[in-house]
Amino acid sequence: MINLTAVTALGGPSARVDHFNGVTVTECPDWALASVTARRGQSGQTADKAQAMLGFALPDIGLSTGDGSLSAFWIGPEQWMIEAPHSSHEDLAAQLKTALGDSASITEQTDGWVRFDLTGPGCTSVLERLSNANTATMKSASITRTGIHHLGCLLSCRSSGDHYSIWGPRSAAQTLHHAIDTAAKSAL
Amino acid sequence: MAQPNRLPGGQIDRSRTLSFTFDGRSYQGHPGDTLASALLANGVRLMGRSFKYHRPRGVLSSGSEEPNALVELRSGARREPNTRATTAELFDGLMANSQNRWPSLKFDAMAINDRFSTFLTAGFYYKTFMWPAAFWEKIYEPIIRKAAGLGSLSLQEDPDSYDKGFLHCDLLVVGAGPAGLAAALTAARAGAQVILAEEDFVFGGRLNAESYEIGEGSALDWVSQTMAELQALPNVRCMARTTIIGAFDHGIHGAVERVSDHLATPDAGKPRQILWRIYAKRTLLCAGAIERPIAFENNDRPGIMLAGSMRAYANRWAATPAQKVAVFTNNDDGHRTALDLIAKGVQVAAVIDTRPDAPRLADCELIPGAKVIDTSGRLGLNFIQLRLADGSERTIECGALGVSGGWNPNVHMTCHQRGRPVWNDQIAAFVPGGDGPAGLSVAGAANGDFSTAAALAMGSKQAIQALQELSIDAPAIALPRAEDTPVNLQAFWHVGEGKGRAWLDQQNDVTVKDVKLAHQENFRSVEHLKRYTTLGMATDQGKTSNMGGLAIMAELAGKSIPQVGTTIFRPPYTPVAMGTLGGRSRGGDFHPTRKTPSHIWAAEQGAVFVEVGNWLRAQWFPQQGETHWRQSVDREVRATRGSVGICDVTTLGKIDVQGADAADFLNRVYANAFAKLPVGKTRYGLMLREDGIAMDDGTTARLAEDHFVMTTTTANAVTVYRHMEFVHQCLCPDMDVQLISTTEAWAQYAVAGPNSRALLQKIVDPAFDISNEAFPFMGCAEITVCGGLRARLFRISFSGELAFEIAVPTRYGDALIRALMQAGEEFDVVPYGTEALGVMRIEKGHAAGNELNGTTTALNLGMGRMVSKKKDCIGNTLSERAGLNPVDALALVGFKPLSSTDKVTAGGHLITAGDAVDAAHDQGYVTSACYSPILNSSIGIGFLKNGSARLGETLLLTSPLTGLDVQVQVVSAHFVDPEGDRLRD
Repeated sequence: MINLTAVTALGGPSARVDHFNGVTVTECPDWALASVTARRGQSGQTADKAQAMLGFALPDIGLSTGDGSLSAFWIGPEQWMIEAPHSSHEDLAAQLKTALGDSASITEQTDGWVRFDLTGPGCTSVLERLSNANTATMKSASITRTGIHHLGCLLSCRSSGDHYSIWGPRSAAQTLHHAIDTAAKSAL
Repeated sequence: MAQPNRLPGGQIDRSRTLSFTFDGRSYQGHPGDTLASALLANGVRLMGRSFKYHRPRGVLSSGSEEPNALVELRSGARREPNTRATTAELFDGLMANSQNRWPSLKFDAMAINDRFSTFLTAGFYYKTFMWPAAFWEKIYEPIIRKAAGLGSLSLQEDPDSYDKGFLHCDLLVVGAGPAGLAAALTAARAGAQVILAEEDFVFGGRLNAESYEIGEGSALDWVSQTMAELQALPNVRCMARTTIIGAFDHGIHGAVERVSDHLATPDAGKPRQILWRIYAKRTLLCAGAIERPIAFENNDRPGIMLAGSMRAYANRWAATPAQKVAVFTNNDDGHRTALDLIAKGVQVAAVIDTRPDAPRLADCELIPGAKVIDTSGRLGLNFIQLRLADGSERTIECGALGVSGGWNPNVHMTCHQRGRPVWNDQIAAFVPGGDGPAGLSVAGAANGDFSTAAALAMGSKQAIQALQELSIDAPAIALPRAEDTPVNLQAFWHVGEGKGRAWLDQQNDVTVKDVKLAHQENFRSVEHLKRYTTLGMATDQGKTSNMGGLAIMAELAGKSIPQVGTTIFRPPYTPVAMGTLGGRSRGGDFHPTRKTPSHIWAAEQGAVFVEVGNWLRAQWFPQQGETHWRQSVDREVRATRGSVGICDVTTLGKIDVQGADAADFLNRVYANAFAKLPVGKTRYGLMLREDGIAMDDGTTARLAEDHFVMTTTTANAVTVYRHMEFVHQCLCPDMDVQLISTTEAWAQYAVAGPNSRALLQKIVDPAFDISNEAFPFMGCAEITVCGGLRARLFRISFSGELAFEIAVPTRYGDALIRALMQAGEEFDVVPYGTEALGVMRIEKGHAAGNELNGTTTALNLGMGRMVSKKKDCIGNTLSERAGLNPVDALALVGFKPLSSTDKVTAGGHLITAGDAVDAAHDQGYVTSACYSPILNSSIGIGFLKNGSARLGETLLLTSPLTGLDVQVQVVSAHFVDPEGDRLRD
């Protein structure tokens, strides 16, 4: 039984939630992340084995796929980020390695990132103050890399217009949170 | 009497009255007024003093091209200089003060400059104030500096915030006059994503200033209907108070939206302004045109303004500059001012037209073939003097004169990427050339089509064309009837007679005489004319003066105007506050802050933090009673070397390297060999640049055959990762290797000192044997700690003590530091910061960033043999070049001061005893220095020519610039435990 207590990226015992006039910003610490990069000549193997393990196909360029609990995001050529509930998949990287073997390189990415979800009708009004991604026309289940306040982030549209996830470097969680909060107060 | 120069009508809300002050006096105005229109309505014509000669000036225009009516707006920390009164929206409680005058606007002592104008002409500082030479720096320059400049800053921190924002559209329409509105309507109805940006606080452009009809009703009615339709459409974004400041690459435009400038203070949490970056697939420039004046003697008196602006004040703002006015024009359009002012009940003394065959268009006296040759009324116009067609003179009494020399299309944005406008003889003006930014087209007055009908038609047509290029089908729309007056103009730039000065650039005080002087002194090209005279170099960028200046230069040079050409228009179109450019990146938010996993705990301990790039790292941990940092640092070093210390080393880059070719890849990027590193071992690695210079160092651990974890220095984490991606993608694309950063994902702590193993054994799960036999020096392993938490253990040492680095997923980092500190209590464990870290590595002679300074090689670092000749690597070949391998190459050695009261100082240079202290005798330099509490001495390391052969030698350590002169002895850089026994314990 692990006798160390985890803290969230913002340093609290539980997730931070902030409400604004049309948007809620939620810290999401309860997700495990792992990167999957197909090895040379192993695209097919990686795709097949990943599908077998996840139950759905790895997504194409700029898209995401999932079953409501597990998700896969395209984050680069032959590279995906897999997301799963932390409570059941804390060893996600090890699980993926077992399933994919030598077809792909896997790394644990869980605590490399902080994830903030934006939900509500005001999402795009806030996002247009933060990112030069064309969030007004971003389709559901799509993802892009973007810079937010000088931080390299991932931005995923979960549901067009009302649900987005921003991943940023965990060490800069406070900076990123502050930038999102400030934009929300300003735009809404 | 309140507002003596108010007229009926206008777009002002008389149901509300606003109070404002100008130079301490109270006045009243209404919503819809600008500061300029309200001042005119209150009978105020004198609004400023000119830059050089402090001449009394009034407002020249009614828009952002204003050169004269510049005020300091607002008070306290929000006070902003050089604000144009013509664009400042009036609000209740507005405070404005004139600038550049002392003690007052009416009586300005500096107007004495006007008497010395002969000495202050263009380029005066190349000819005057030169003797005696010694006077320049201490006397002349300070005086000139003090006299220069217009407004003054509050010097207080700007309390407002500024946002950045990003928008995307199919069509960006710049300007909401008739052309822009027709374009926006056409595009909007076609379903395109449209952004309509308007500089003014109302939409409609020039239609707000004129008294036109459109269709069956007034032009303003048509504007309202059109805006209502546009604002209701979800695919249109209407942005008032938004200036498009520039056309940048790839259809990207900068835009400044003035969100709160028209309010006394911004609402809580709201920005004052937003700097938008607009990504437009196509752009249509409908920025209209700006009127140009005619130059004549004393043409700069308060009350003399552009004719189009005079009627804008009357029509839109229901204000007149005087009860009796006159008009001076070379074209039909100027007569409109007389017509409109007469309609508002203002007396128009005469229309003076330079053309002998001028038509009679207004119901007032017409004086054809005449020119204004002089004016009088220092603080406000009262008389104008004319030269009539028959040669006689005549004086007319009037309080204001509307001047029209024609109109200049607003071509600026078409030239932002070095396009050049072309000359149109018909309107005697420059119009956009065909070489503007890709995706940009022009319509309406900005394109030289001055009638409303033409603007509507071309705006719509160009929108259809632009959308067609995007494969969006935009049907033509029905356009209402509108005036289609042809341009009837005879070019006339300046009145030749008169001994006085005729003003061109009123903001920089440049006259026709200055242009003649420039020509005389051979500064004849338009670029030289601009810079020698400063014509067009003020905050108005010469919008009302450039044309006049180059027309006169053309005359003098015997060239045509297009032959003289224009200078280059550059962004921003109007001045932008620095705060707007900075956005949210200021103060504590200037750059992101990265915090280590132990940050909260360290702050609880009262740690002093230091910025390392974007990171905050604990520098030392002061204890109760410690008053100086040396006490803390010395203690941390002694305690760590004496028992055990813990340091957060999360910030060092961690790059995960996997794949079948991972080992070979590392062989390429590292100078030393990695391919045969056994699984479970870590090795120090040195990375070279392509030119053979040392780039970075670190340790790389082999967790499996195909899995390495590389560490880099904190400073170079990103650079090295980028470099490795470049190597993989561009140099070795066929290698099977995958890279990804894991710096953030793992919290990592160094546990160092004789009791480090004992401490760790209390938290490492029992299944893992970390004894010296089972886990020797430079080992690595994936283990678990604290009851099953996955962790990585590396037996590496930067301090030179028996040491380990332990990594866990970052979310457990806070708990781990607390657990380590608790487990270490029995060993008197101390946390140590970057200072103690630095002392210990200097004591060991370990290279760090100071030594890898971009000029040093493996050889200099004492690692020459580490550059393997058995395999190729980046930098291998060039590291062998003769220049990097001289006989007396620099070598890393240590230094101690001869006297115990002296310090070794980094940056000092080394001179052989007896040699002259100069660059020719430079033997090297000290890179790192500190006080060693272990040796009770100041020590340092650095590079010395042929250093290894000079141990024991005494040298001079000197820094002539800072007065450093110390005798030092050359010693081994490995001060503490030189054999490295402790590491292997």
